[in-house]
Amino acid sequence: MSEDPLPGYTGVAREVLSRAGASIGDKVRIVTSDGRVFVGVLMPRYSIKPKPIVVLKLDNGYNIGIRVDESTVVELVKTREAILKEAAAGAPAVIPLLEERPAQKPRERVMVVGTGGTIASKIEYETGAVKPALTAEDLVEAVPEIATIARIEADVLMNILSENMKPEYWVKIVDAIARHIDEGYDGIIVAHGTDTMTYTASAIAFAFRGLPVPIAFVGSQRSSDRPSSDAAFNLIAATLYAAKSDYAEVAIVMHGETGDTYALANRAVKTRKMHTSRRDAFQPINDKPLMRIYPFEKRLEPLQPPLHRRGEQELRVENGFEEKVALVKYYPGMDGEIIDFLVDRGYKGIVLEGTGLGHVGEWLVEPIRRAVDNGVIVVMTSQTLFGRINMNVYNTGRKLIAAGVIPGDDMLPEVAFVKLSWVLAHTSSLDEAKRLMRTNLAGEINPRLTVDLYPRWLQ
Amino acid sequence: MIERKADPKSINPRELGLKVGLEIHQQLDTKHKLFCNCPTILAREGEVEDTFTRQLRPTRSEFGEVDVAALFEWRKGRMYYYHAPRSHSCLVEADEEPPHEINREAIVIGLAVAKALGSRPVDEIYIMRKIVIDGSNTTGFQRTAIIALGGAIKLPSGKKVGIETIAVEEDAARKMKDEGKYTHYNIDRLGVPLIEISTSPDIETPEEAYETALTIGQLLRLTGKVKRGIGTIRQDLNVSIRGGVKTEIKGVQRLDLLPKIVLYEALRQYRLLQIRDELRKRGVTENELRDAARIVDVTSVFKNTQSKIIKRVVSRGGKVLAVRLRKFHGLLGVEVQPGRRFGTELADYARFWGGVGGLFHSDELPGYGITSEELREVYKLTGAVEGEDAVVIVADKELNARKALEAVVERAVQALYGVPKETRAAQDDGTTRYMRPQPGAARMYPETDVPPVEVTEDMLAEAEKIKPVHPLEKIRQLTEKYGLSSDLANQLLRSPYLGLFEELASKYSDKVQATYIASILTNILRSLQREGVPIDNLTEEHIESIVSALANNVISKDAVPDTIKYLAENPTATIEDAVKALGLERMSLDEVERLVEEAIEHNIRAVKERGLAALSKVMGYVMPKVRGRIDGKTVAEIAKRKILEILEREEEKG
Repeated sequence: MSEDPLPGYTGVAREVLSRAGASIGDKVRIVTSDGRVFVGVLMPRYSIKPKPIVVLKLDNGYNIGIRVDESTVVELVKTREAILKEAAAGAPAVIPLLEERPAQKPRERVMVVGTGGTIASKIEYETGAVKPALTAEDLVEAVPEIATIARIEADVLMNILSENMKPEYWVKIVDAIARHIDEGYDGIIVAHGTDTMTYTASAIAFAFRGLPVPIAFVGSQRSSDRPSSDAAFNLIAATLYAAKSDYAEVAIVMHGETGDTYALANRAVKTRKMHTSRRDAFQPINDKPLMRIYPFEKRLEPLQPPLHRRGEQELRVENGFEEKVALVKYYPGMDGEIIDFLVDRGYKGIVLEGTGLGHVGEWLVEPIRRAVDNGVIVVMTSQTLFGRINMNVYNTGRKLIAAGVIPGDDMLPEVAFVKLSWVLAHTSSLDEAKRLMRTNLAGEINPRLTVDLYPRWLQ
Repeated sequence: MIERKADPKSINPRELGLKVGLEIHQQLDTKHKLFCNCPTILAREGEVEDTFTRQLRPTRSEFGEVDVAALFEWRKGRMYYYHAPRSHSCLVEADEEPPHEINREAIVIGLAVAKALGSRPVDEIYIMRKIVIDGSNTTGFQRTAIIALGGAIKLPSGKKVGIETIAVEEDAARKMKDEGKYTHYNIDRLGVPLIEISTSPDIETPEEAYETALTIGQLLRLTGKVKRGIGTIRQDLNVSIRGGVKTEIKGVQRLDLLPKIVLYEALRQYRLLQIRDELRKRGVTENELRDAARIVDVTSVFKNTQSKIIKRVVSRGGKVLAVRLRKFHGLLGVEVQPGRRFGTELADYARFWGGVGGLFHSDELPGYGITSEELREVYKLTGAVEGEDAVVIVADKELNARKALEAVVERAVQALYGVPKETRAAQDDGTTRYMRPQPGAARMYPETDVPPVEVTEDMLAEAEKIKPVHPLEKIRQLTEKYGLSSDLANQLLRSPYLGLFEELASKYSDKVQATYIASILTNILRSLQREGVPIDNLTEEHIESIVSALANNVISKDAVPDTIKYLAENPTATIEDAVKALGLERMSLDEVERLVEEAIEHNIRAVKERGLAALSKVMGYVMPKVRGRIDGKTVAEIAKRKILEILEREEEKG
């Protein structure tokens, strides 16, 4: 498939541009029908709404939109290739970000597995396009600090928007990580979009039944093309966790507060993206952070012990996820047909996100009983996120238990969903599946919820 | 040889081919900021605030270019300490939430100004990110958008100055202080809408630069939609002379300084061309200069030095490095602007590129504790010829000193060709200092978080409604409505107080004459400023409190200048404090009557003999005792009445 020379352009705008043989990045001269003259570089139109408007980048760097019609005259002044060639010829020598090289090469080897998002990138000022850094060299050039911590290598596995992530990709990521651990890397970093990071990181945590090294999931809330990006800070923190910590756990390593002071490594299976946009969006729920990381000082401060330390376990992988699992949020008046539909479509597991201690409308008890009778595993979690499921306190809860619902303890609904997907792929026994869902496999169940595990607005 | 002193009177800027372009930035008085719903007023001191610290990383272009100024700050570990007042900033200013859609009100005001200047609006407005990494934007870029192109402004002289672009953009955070590695900013101002008007380089004299800024400022104020007061309008300049280079000058806050800065920059470029010609006369080439300019360690020369600076550096393990500048003898002491020598320009480069505190050069030595013996040794070690070459000495950590001297050599090489391309910062005395090299290509890329805005007929119609009136029309309105003389109206129009006048006049003109309010804002303030009263400290609230006190008879007209002076000198004081401190409580009429009676008693013979002709004697007795606590007119009225009463009584008796 050849690339569209005029992305975003339709109708008359596209017509007058193609007539001139112009494509994105070319310098053009436009004379509008009311006699105005503009010269600039043709830019893509990233607006979704189709309009007869052509976007030019003027010599002063600004973009403007010009309305065109049939009688607008477009002339090609200079091609994109010629412009880029001139610009490259006039560019000054590249200055490295850091001048001093480490006295000796670090010993630890860290593999950065890329799945999507742009943890490091360059801006093409001519078009405004952001190009991801794809190689280890690019990464180190963009964030030279990481090379002072570890020997960095990169494996760009896929380039997927966070929201487009699927269980089938989890399988590929597990395979890649397992291979790299086997190759002897001292730690793994997974660069991932933030929206579904908890799901993927939890999938990794369940699939590695024996994990000898740290795995850090890292992303950014401000894209890396901007000077205020959190990407470099997070990446340095993740490198410290992967290379220097002795926690052989899957952690999400991101900003610990809004400022650039410290990052937190949080246990993947207890961590949730709790804000649409803040740098410190990732917060542990029903748990505390594993460690605080000071990237500028290159210092790790453990806050609670890990499940396993580096090298304690042999590498053991149980890969694979059942895709016929649903996560269903209960709402007042929810129709039992929704449960029936899933059962009839052959779903093997349903995680319910119920109210309070773990309830749904009593009219759902019968559809749920039917699901269980059909061999579907039904797990209850809570919309409150904080706190533990307890279905013995109220009558509906007791009825649900009687219908065969498994209480999900203090598991996050998303994590219970990933866990059930993994469990159902690795056992055909319903009893075994039920037992595993109630067993703490990767720190996803906190048996003791203490008074301090709850955020307060006023001190 | 060139005159050592740089005398601004020695040049005629127009004859030198002076060309100036202005960039005028003015805050708009919109309800909300440009990309969020925060108000556009600044926080009061002591307001509840959150704080956070951030770093900004230099970003690279596809050719690997980085902004060196930003890079140096980042390498030094520069951090930004942000103060976020809760009522005046939100997650958007904190760079923790994407920008909302652009404020339509700001665009409409911008379009109204465009119409008044004959600029043609673009059809669709695109918001751009302009990289700015000094911490003044939490994002590391300023969001800015061109809304119109072309047009012209006509000066009172009849001259037309072209307009290149009109943009709407976000204001930066307010710098509070530098403290170690932290630069403190308050983000209350971040995101306040600005209009930026860029003129063509049509301006040919320093006075024209002033007139252009003033006329544009006046036009902006006539919209009634811009912020008033100090710091709401700022100017950047582009200045060149024939044979010189377009130099950017940033951050001119005071309009009255503008002509001086332009003149001084013309002078600087002229002097640099003179230095170039002198170097050519001396016959030095770039190759010769570079070959001779080896950086030499001269630390050993200063083993027993008396120079405190050098002693301190060496005791901390630093080095003293020196470099020879072939045939520069005498030129480093030549002034390029009053009080700024060519050596000062070299020192700016040393500071910027080497991060050193400063340098010593042979045209100021011996001195600063460096002896002529030491200087002679340095000459010898660098291979410099006394009386022909100059030497520059830097004492610092070796790497820094070396980088500083490398930059000095580069700057010296540029002297062979005239004026280097620079961005300079304006200083309070009208001179400028080197700030950084000019950024190469415009470092701009699209703000993809904000959708473009189509300029619609509706918007243009709204803009038409608030399009500023012509200044002559405004003068007619002021004379008709408030009875101002056309001279007073014109003065108001040129002052920053037109808006305040209209507000105060509509509120208080039933009690205080509008012409008097106008003269407070023009003549009185101006003459106080001439006397050295710091009137920049006055807020609009101060001035209104004075007018209000007048209206309520709390103070008299005679007390106005003293009250203004007091508040300007004590800006945290209130009008009540001023009245108390100056002993200005208005006298009660009873008190005045008693004083007048006392005066008549004192002059009873004159009163009885000469009647009303003795009024001046009575007044002469009373006025020194009331000292502004009541106005003369009232005293005179009471005195007249009392005198007439006495005369009547005398007649009855007689």
